[in-house]
Amino acid sequence: MAKVCAVLQQREGKIHRMAWETVAAAQQLAALSGEKASAVVLGSGIAALAGEVAALDLDSVRVIDHPLLADYTPGGYVAALAGWMALDAPSTVLFPHTYQTVEYMPRLALASGAGIIPEGLSFVAEGGEVIWKRPILEGKMHARVRARGTGPVLVSLQSGAFSADSRKAGQASVSAAEIDMQSATPWREILGVQQMGGETVDLTKAEIIVAIGRGIGGADKLGPVEELARLLKADIGASRPVIDSGWLPRDRQIGSSGQTVSPKLYMAFGISGAIQHLVGMKGSSCIVAINKDAGAPIFKIANYGIVGDLHEVIPAMVAALKQA
Amino acid sequence: MKIAVCIKQVPDTEARLRVAKDGRWIDEEDLPFAINESDEVALEAALQIAEKQGGEVIAFSLGPERVREALRKALALGASRAVHLRHEGFAGGDAIATGRALAAAIRREECDLVLTGSQSDDNGFGATGTVVAGILDWPHAWLVMGIEVEEGARALKVTREMESGLSEIFRVTLPAVLEVQAGLNHPRYASLKGIMSAKKKEIAEVSPGDLGLADSEVGLAGSRLEVLSVAFPEAAAGAQILTGDGAAAELISKLKNEARVI
Ligand SMILES: Cc1cc2nc3c(=O)[nH]c(=O)nc-3n(C[C@H](O)[C@H](O)[C@H](O)COP(=O)(O)OP(=O)(O)OC[C@H]3O[C@@H](n4cnc5c(N)ncnc54)[C@H](O)[C@@H]3O)c2cc1C
Ligand SMILES: Nc1ncnc2c1ncn2[C@@H]1O[C@H](COP(=O)(O)O)[C@@H](O)[C@H]1O
Repeated sequence: MAKVCAVLQQREGKIHRMAWETVAAAQQLAALSGEKASAVVLGSGIAALAGEVAALDLDSVRVIDHPLLADYTPGGYVAALAGWMALDAPSTVLFPHTYQTVEYMPRLALASGAGIIPEGLSFVAEGGEVIWKRPILEGKMHARVRARGTGPVLVSLQSGAFSADSRKAGQASVSAAEIDMQSATPWREILGVQQMGGETVDLTKAEIIVAIGRGIGGADKLGPVEELARLLKADIGASRPVIDSGWLPRDRQIGSSGQTVSPKLYMAFGISGAIQHLVGMKGSSCIVAINKDAGAPIFKIANYGIVGDLHEVIPAMVAALKQA
Repeated sequence: MKIAVCIKQVPDTEARLRVAKDGRWIDEEDLPFAINESDEVALEAALQIAEKQGGEVIAFSLGPERVREALRKALALGASRAVHLRHEGFAGGDAIATGRALAAAIRREECDLVLTGSQSDDNGFGATGTVVAGILDWPHAWLVMGIEVEEGARALKVTREMESGLSEIFRVTLPAVLEVQAGLNHPRYASLKGIMSAKKKEIAEVSPGDLGLADSEVGLAGSRLEVLSVAFPEAAAGAQILTGDGAAAELISKLKNEARVI
């Protein structure tokens, strides 16, 4: 019996991009013990999804279809998945590390007596144990962790940690899981969805982006950056702390909560390179990083880098551009 | 309204990190610490609500002796009391063990609202506040970017951040746990008067036993997740690093002639 299971996130009948990464990881993890993984998908009126999921190399696919799951609520999802875990007794359940998963996974762990490993990057088998790697200290370091004790483990997987393309196609049996949702409380009454801070600047079509991070040090230091951007005909983007501090408006934010961009040139000044920022810009063709800390994670994905003070480097770049 | 705020002390973002001798965590000697960024935002949100609605803010922190400094700061900023979960047994806890301890301490105070940060800058579990909610059996929300107390103070209108710049608005009834995201507000600075008055405020120390918890329920003993070792990520092939006085000019020239992107 397959005991590794992937939870497939969906919204309005569409499978989330990261769910395929979760499937690939589940297949690889199950293969360690010569087994096949399973999957579970939950929602309301999602029968059509089953076909899409059935074409994967999985032991079985469970479908939890219930009106209370029409909109995501932590209460509904925890009740449904705790019921399913009691039924199928998985040993490891994998999730995409989305904002949705992060919100309910710990509560599902309490409801099902499971442990949690948030934001897994990779795993290895060592001495009959699975060791996970996860980021700590905002991605500046990694920790190798294991699940001690007994009972199931819930692991959320960082975006891009496993390749969706590596998932294997096949044929899975699909069956409904009848879960008693009588005692489920949604814990919230949804009023609506809105755009944060009204998106007016579209950075997704920009060819060159000059992006600044907390290292810029204040709104009063923006002058040289603006001059550099003007000379390069670039748009200005920023990491989250710059927005949170009010130095630039929210529609300049790049990353998991902001815009996802892929210009031909992305220049990061004073940005450390936390994953929530990287997911929004790592598709850029050429990445340049300027940071005073040689160990900053941003250098790992950059094509060119200068280790130095941006307040000196930017004027020097402006001067070089003016000379040319 | 009685509001609990969970505050974690974490290494300062600018701190030079080193691996500890045993390789299992970072070396804390001479490491500068600060209040976790989103926890400071949670404290500010709590103070603003208490100022408007009346009531008090109590700060909770689990950690070794150094954590007193963070609690002192919370008191200087306006919290009326602090509870320090201080005991060797609490050390090495995962989100479930730490959340269990915090929930037990908070339960004793009969609060209406718990505010936490959304994620700690060191462990980064993004889970401890949710565990607190789960154990108290209260509603919760993660990544909160807006809190509005409704007429009568029985419910809150909450804005939660979603991916790609969207947010969801919903109502939760009190008592509840909200895990706030940096950017919700701009935390205040401590005034001289605040710093002086903080010296007279109480920091109560509690152990697992005081909270009615067994040693096997807290710290590493009460955790499923165990850290085996920590390390810096392997150096990637990565960037061509340019150095020296001419680095900026060289970069411009390479972007023009080598990468051909400008
Ligand atoms: C749920 C969630 C969602 C998030 N969403 C986003 C998002 O959409 N976008 C985003 O960007 N972040 C997001 N974050 C925050 C993210 O985790 C990081 O905290 C953030 O990206 C860090 O921004 P930074 O690199 O500008 O700041 P820091 O990490 O503080 O880095 C500042 C850098 O500047 C360097 N520096 C300082 N001074 C100088 C100088 N004079 N010259 C050169 N370099 C200097 C430092 O060495 C450091 O590397 C999110 C976090 C969470 C929990
Ligand atoms: N040791 C602690 N003491 C007080 N609060 C904590 C502690 N650990 C975590 N928290 C709270 O839980 C939030 C999420 O932490 P984490 O689950 O570690 O990402 C933090 O922002 C704090 O508000």
